[in-house]
Amino acid sequence: MHLTSDTRPARTATILRSAKTTLGPFLALIVVIGFFGVYDTWFGGGGQFLSARNFRSVSVATATIAVAALGMTVVIIAGGIDLSAGTTVALSATIVAWCLKANWPAPLAAAAGILIACTAGLINGVLISTLRVVPFIVTLGTMTIYLGIAKIIARETTIRPDLNEQVPRWLADLLSARTEALWFGAPAGIWLTLALSLALAAMLHLTVFGRYVYAIGSNESTARLCGVNVPWCKMTLYTLAGFFVGVAGIFQFARLSSGNPTSGTGLELRIIAAVVIGGGSLSGGRGAVLGTLTGAAIMEVIKSGCTQLGLHNPVQEIILGAIIVAAVTLDQVRQRRSAG
Amino acid sequence: MGLPHAVGEEASRGAGSPPLLSMHGISKRFGATRALKDVSLAVHAGDVLALIGENGAGKSTLMKILSGAHPPDTGRMELAGAAYAPENPHAAHIAGVAMIYQELNLAPDLSVEDNIMLGQECSRWGRLDRTLQRREVARVLDLLGHADLPPEALVGTLPAGTRQVVEIARALVARARVVVFDEPTSSLTQADVLRLFEVIRKLRQSGLGVVYISHFLEEIRAVCNRYTVLRDGEIAGAGDLAGISEADIVALMVGRSVNELFPNVAHQIGDVVLSIEGLGGGRYPQSVNCDLRRGEILGIAGLVGSGRTELLRCLFALDPVRTGTVRLANLTPRASPRARIAAGFGFVSEDRKTEGLAQGRSIADNLTLSRLAPYSRWGWLNLTQRRAAANDWIRRLGIKAGSPDDAVQALSGGNQQKVALARVMHQAADVLLLDEPTRGIDVAAKSEIYRLMGELAAAGKSIMFVSSYAAELLAVCDRVGVMARGRLREVRAACDWTEESIMHCAVKKYDE
Repeated sequence: MHLTSDTRPARTATILRSAKTTLGPFLALIVVIGFFGVYDTWFGGGGQFLSARNFRSVSVATATIAVAALGMTVVIIAGGIDLSAGTTVALSATIVAWCLKANWPAPLAAAAGILIACTAGLINGVLISTLRVVPFIVTLGTMTIYLGIAKIIARETTIRPDLNEQVPRWLADLLSARTEALWFGAPAGIWLTLALSLALAAMLHLTVFGRYVYAIGSNESTARLCGVNVPWCKMTLYTLAGFFVGVAGIFQFARLSSGNPTSGTGLELRIIAAVVIGGGSLSGGRGAVLGTLTGAAIMEVIKSGCTQLGLHNPVQEIILGAIIVAAVTLDQVRQRRSAG
Repeated sequence: MGLPHAVGEEASRGAGSPPLLSMHGISKRFGATRALKDVSLAVHAGDVLALIGENGAGKSTLMKILSGAHPPDTGRMELAGAAYAPENPHAAHIAGVAMIYQELNLAPDLSVEDNIMLGQECSRWGRLDRTLQRREVARVLDLLGHADLPPEALVGTLPAGTRQVVEIARALVARARVVVFDEPTSSLTQADVLRLFEVIRKLRQSGLGVVYISHFLEEIRAVCNRYTVLRDGEIAGAGDLAGISEADIVALMVGRSVNELFPNVAHQIGDVVLSIEGLGGGRYPQSVNCDLRRGEILGIAGLVGSGRTELLRCLFALDPVRTGTVRLANLTPRASPRARIAAGFGFVSEDRKTEGLAQGRSIADNLTLSRLAPYSRWGWLNLTQRRAAANDWIRRLGIKAGSPDDAVQALSGGNQQKVALARVMHQAADVLLLDEPTRGIDVAAKSEIYRLMGELAAAGKSIMFVSSYAAELLAVCDRVGVMARGRLREVRAACDWTEESIMHCAVKKYDE
């Protein structure tokens, strides 16, 4: 009796606090949308920014980064990093294209794309836990290795399966903004991204494995001391990250209708940026699914907004860079305040 | 109960000599909490004043006021006869008040000389005057009895004790008149501690005033001549150390008698549960043989670095096991922490911050991490159930926390230690390996942890208790073993040891 009445306000306070950390990036997204919306509607933009069509095209453009960033969220929460995520996206897309070109059925091709990305993740995990080399260096190496493998598979060109014969409708429309491709207002790929996000959030918060991921990132020695099988967990979580990267690879193929081995170069930085803008900490222990999705969306909204306003590419890049630094600084300030 | 040297009986010292430093009627509030109320103290030239008190008694607030980090709400200070009201720590430094903290403020990649002179270099037109600097450095090092310390050595390569000398030398170059040592020995070996005391004696002889803050009463006895005890932000007592017993000091600190410090919980000793034969790890331990019985508390004494911690880590398989067998209830568990936990071992690390607890995670997470099975099904957690269980443990151990969802880093040291203990209890471990479980926590929390250990033993658990503090081992344990150079040298019933015989056994030369 006494206990419940005693702890309820504390519990509410905790929920509020955790809501505040995840809501931070969310508010930023709303501010960014609001800014561009107001500017576009009243100060001589095209008036298209706030249209449903634009929202659809932004979310379609976000999906690839967002899905890959979900995997990166797990890795970053556990105190790791995966620099090979970008080239693995391209490797997966290349495999999908290669399989379709070889007249494999599309579901099998998609499965192959996911499988290769999971294998890539597993290799990262095995190397990190057996060699005891920091993840940054290991994945810096595998990043180039996976690029090389993708190039060998594609014979250093771009693989283009026949769009009419070899690529089925559902795959080509996975992330298409065309009205025929919509399914309850959004293409299937968007729904898939949301479903995967929900599943991942549930895994992180409601499973034993999720607790272990947070514990390893927060303090690896403590996790070991508590009997957590740290090497096994790391292999699992890098493989899991590989799964999300594989899905991102399928998305990329669906968007480009081709497999280009070099199309993922540099993507890893945008994937990491999405997690970091969303409140993930590179020193581990912190990060959230909602934050990551928001982070990915913020980047794409800025890009779209700038395009609508007629700002050039270099300007977009500068703004995006400033946002990353500002987001992390704000987060640090908030951390320091809550800590002391 | 007739405590000696009651409140207000200040400095009945040589009439006529005014104190070097005096603080009068200092009060300080932080919002609703009263940190200090009407605190006065005096340090004479040549005095070493022990500032004693539990964590949270107001020692650090008082020293922050002295060093200019906080202004007092009321009260005044005098230094060498003049009013002293530093605006900030730099002003205090210039006025002659130096603080030596346990975490040293040194640049490891700079030389001894550069560190000592940092911020106070001798220069002309921006050009360093090395000759003058060398002379100054030599002067202060000689004063400290460390004339042999090469000024060009890199500070990062020096042992911890010597680094502290560099820090003190820096204060002397700044013409400090009062030097405050805040828990200076917590990271030092026994030999370094003795040398530090020698340095403090030199400071006394050269007419400086010293304030010495420490938890260790025997250290205070060895180096200080006067004391001031703070309790709940007020002066609980002050006077000459010569006229007061340790028990009385403890009584002043906690406001109750010393018998309550070591609560005696009756426990029954049963059959052998753990037998260790020829256990050897990397360097230490070497061929350790030992038995532990049900309901028994076995103390492990020895110097820091004698292999005590390594013995526990080896038993828990955190460090590699090279030789020997460990049998718990006639089973030999595999050498991994996971297998050892399953077999019934529980381990509390000596280092709460970097190993023992995941500081950023919640109390509930830290408490249940080693045993999530009761709240999980097919890998999915029942958070409500887990929260209720965590709440239950918080209440059972009297952990002062708002809720189980609070981060561990927000708790005080004693409460953090209780979380670490709650974890091994929650894990239902049969053999508890406790490495310095009372380090860095206040007396009241220590007392609670002793009681808890007694209760665990009474419930049939067995405990291995590593400590550097011989008095607590003698008071709490059934048997005490002493480690030296990686081997367990001698195990006897606690009543057959004295603090002196333990120390003798720990430092004796052994023929291997």
